[in-house]
Amino acid sequence: MPQALPPNSAHITPAPIRTGIDVAINGQHFRHAGDPALPLLWYLRDVLRLTGTKYGCGDVSCGACSVLVDGRLLRACALTMEDVAGKAITTIEGLANADGSLHPVQQAWIDEDAILCGYCQAGQIMAAVDLVHRKPEPSDADIDGIANLCRCGSYPRIRRAIVRAAATMRTPRK
Amino acid sequence: MSGSIDAGRRRFLQIFGTATGALVVGLPALGWTPDELIGQPLVRLNAYVRIEPDGTTVIGARDPEVGQGIRTAEARIIAEELDADWNRVIVEPLDLGVATVNGESHWTLGHQVAVGSTSIPAAWKDLRSVGAAARGLLLQAAAAQLNVAAASLHTLRGEVITGTGRRVGYGPLATAAAKLKPEPGPPVPKPASQYLLVGQDAGDVDARDIVTGRQPYAIDTWFGDTLVAVVVRCPYPGGKLARINDADALKLDGVTQVLSIPPPSATLALGVQPLAPGVAVLARDTWTALRAAARLQLEWTRGAPVATDDALAASATALFAGEPTHAVRSDGDFAATAKRARYRFHAEYRTATIAHATLEPPNALVRVDARAATIIAPVQNPRTSLETVQRLTGLSPERIEIRLPRTGGGFGRFLETDYVAEAVMLAKTAGKPLKLLWTRADAFTHDTYRPLSVHQLEAAADRHRTLTGWSHHIASTSRLAGREPAARWWLSEMHPDDLPAGLIANLQYAWYSLPSTLPRGSYRASSHGVNAFATECFIDEIAHALKRDPLEFRLTLLGNPDGKRLPYRGHGGPVLDTGRLAYVLKLAADAIGWKQHHPNGHGFGLACHFTFGGYVAHAFEVSMQGRRLVVHNAVCAADLGRIVNPLGTRAALVGATLDGLSTALRQRITLKDGRVAQKGFKDYPLATMADLPNAVQVVLVPSEATPAGAFDMAFPTAAPALANAVFAGTTVRVRQLPLWDELMRLL
Repeated sequence: MPQALPPNSAHITPAPIRTGIDVAINGQHFRHAGDPALPLLWYLRDVLRLTGTKYGCGDVSCGACSVLVDGRLLRACALTMEDVAGKAITTIEGLANADGSLHPVQQAWIDEDAILCGYCQAGQIMAAVDLVHRKPEPSDADIDGIANLCRCGSYPRIRRAIVRAAATMRTPRK
Repeated sequence: MSGSIDAGRRRFLQIFGTATGALVVGLPALGWTPDELIGQPLVRLNAYVRIEPDGTTVIGARDPEVGQGIRTAEARIIAEELDADWNRVIVEPLDLGVATVNGESHWTLGHQVAVGSTSIPAAWKDLRSVGAAARGLLLQAAAAQLNVAAASLHTLRGEVITGTGRRVGYGPLATAAAKLKPEPGPPVPKPASQYLLVGQDAGDVDARDIVTGRQPYAIDTWFGDTLVAVVVRCPYPGGKLARINDADALKLDGVTQVLSIPPPSATLALGVQPLAPGVAVLARDTWTALRAAARLQLEWTRGAPVATDDALAASATALFAGEPTHAVRSDGDFAATAKRARYRFHAEYRTATIAHATLEPPNALVRVDARAATIIAPVQNPRTSLETVQRLTGLSPERIEIRLPRTGGGFGRFLETDYVAEAVMLAKTAGKPLKLLWTRADAFTHDTYRPLSVHQLEAAADRHRTLTGWSHHIASTSRLAGREPAARWWLSEMHPDDLPAGLIANLQYAWYSLPSTLPRGSYRASSHGVNAFATECFIDEIAHALKRDPLEFRLTLLGNPDGKRLPYRGHGGPVLDTGRLAYVLKLAADAIGWKQHHPNGHGFGLACHFTFGGYVAHAFEVSMQGRRLVVHNAVCAADLGRIVNPLGTRAALVGATLDGLSTALRQRITLKDGRVAQKGFKDYPLATMADLPNAVQVVLVPSEATPAGAFDMAFPTAAPALANAVFAGTTVRVRQLPLWDELMRLL
């Protein structure tokens, strides 16, 4: 059987090169085609308009932009799109279930009324979600490890909300 | 429109219906025509109350929410008088209400402002009648529908109930109620004995949106086709732009324009115009604007020589040798009393320059054209924003829409409109909607600071170890400098009736104007935030020196047990009841275990103060653990009059206590090479959870007195109670804020 000749190279159309950075954000897939050095914070806020993740300092000192990247707690202001290529990101908007029921940490925040101005709370909640996953029974010292800043002084209620959420999460669902 | 109700205080509530059949109460707009809204049920009505036929009750909250819980508390006041079913209430923020009649502008919703804990006292006066008016109409509608006398009906949780127990929901009555002519005369609020909501806990109405990331702050809003602006401002106070090279910035893809912001005008007040000259980069997105701003090559000239805090303190010492700028109060003869006194005391206290450090930095979204303007920015006083926009655009007030988004803190920073002015100037030139973002560094380097204050205190006591003389001299930069005539400057710095005035026969208060290089603005709790530190520390020092118990010494001074009703001119007056202050002090001392034996070497400290009509005392238990200062226990006792929302009030008191501690511990703005050195939280450490007590025990005094508000009240006494506890635990007397550096120097 005669072997098929390779096609004349002049007729080859190269497959389009995949450009851009793929990320999964709150379970949805996105491709970022712009500057790979764009900080994740501004991708979330300016491009996707997921504005729950807040700008507070831009230098990793306040925690208002805390997100989970492949389950790790990180600050979106210090991550570029290149850093998060292929990764799964959870923001405050992605914590609740699809049916609208809240994550136990979110519910605990409401139950303890841990709000005040509220600006830092998305970041505080993301840090708390990370903590209760790592430490199902967090001690006061564990909670002290959260260094997210709150100017209004909501810390005692945040502390109570974390303890409450951890207790809820340890109790098996009926 | 079906009618209007005289709500007293020359305000008229208007009643009308919508196409959906809703009852709307609010908008006491003179000459305003609601007809254009009828048929448009989805527009925001900017009304206090809207009841839809399905029973949904929308309550409008008029004052800016900066974390003080005002949206919740105001809605609870209206819902109480309306007898609404709180579970069916939706709270929405109102815009700034303004209407023009015969060329004159009127504020239609009262003074919408977040300053000095005034919103609740004002709402208590104004907003109860709103709920009562709506409830009255629903009762009338029910009486007509059921053909019974209105007097035989009562209301409960969103229903009208007849004498025989028949119930009709507000929803089905709304359409008919909107067509009624209201009863003449102002609506009568409920007696307090019938309150179901006021005095009960209510969680923040925005809580769900906040924990799901859906609450829109100004920084989270856009219009279509909006440019982002980032400004590089002159770092030298009073400096100017000398040279600019914007070629590199303009080369960046996505940059549309580079614009300059002129230096502040000498003819305009501080705070209503940009704080400094600057160069703005306009770009299609934030990241591009930030990168382009970093590429600007700018040279600045310096202004007048700058004065560091140490230099200012040296000037204060020189000032104190001369005559005061204003003799604030003089009772008896302090000098003669001091001369013949058995005991004499003298101490000098200092508070350093500090910044506002709101977590949401200044920002503004602006859309402006020849016909109208819309502003979405963090604002505490939307009126001044409107006036600034009016000046810059020439638009008439009703053409300017000022929205009031929830704001990521305020503490006085957002009483200014410098950033709004910047955004409007840039948007006008750009001809496009514009979103101005201040970076964190911008917020630290260009604030309206609370500059240094120096306090010289002297006192005299007789052989009974009782105070006979007191002198407090303050040198500070007036909050009114650059804004009001110099003759008024002292007013923001020292209250003639602050304690111990009225309690010590020979007393002298004086103020010295100490011009700082940096612009001064409002700061949480105003001058109480610094003056209480000096006063309450000095009283503590005297008690220890006289070997008297600091609690007993204060209580005796306050005239325990009956106290005195002293006249109080200014915010919080007309009366200062020292008995109420003594009572909260005792409560705080009891709760911390003041009178128990303390074998653990911990230090216990107290302080109390009257701020804006609220009586607050703090008690702290502290110790040094190696190089850590640990606050083991913290108590805040408060008498704030009637409490609308205890859950929110507790949050405010705990929050102000921790903010007071955080500010007292390490916050300080310094000048280096002629410019502000701090550029971020790394240089200006807000306290973290680990630095602060795990809990603050709040003791609230039950009261039927007029509500005083809550937000600022627990700020002033946190610093002196801490310094007093540190002294008790270490024998080191810290007379300067921030406390930490000074404690480390002295230990």
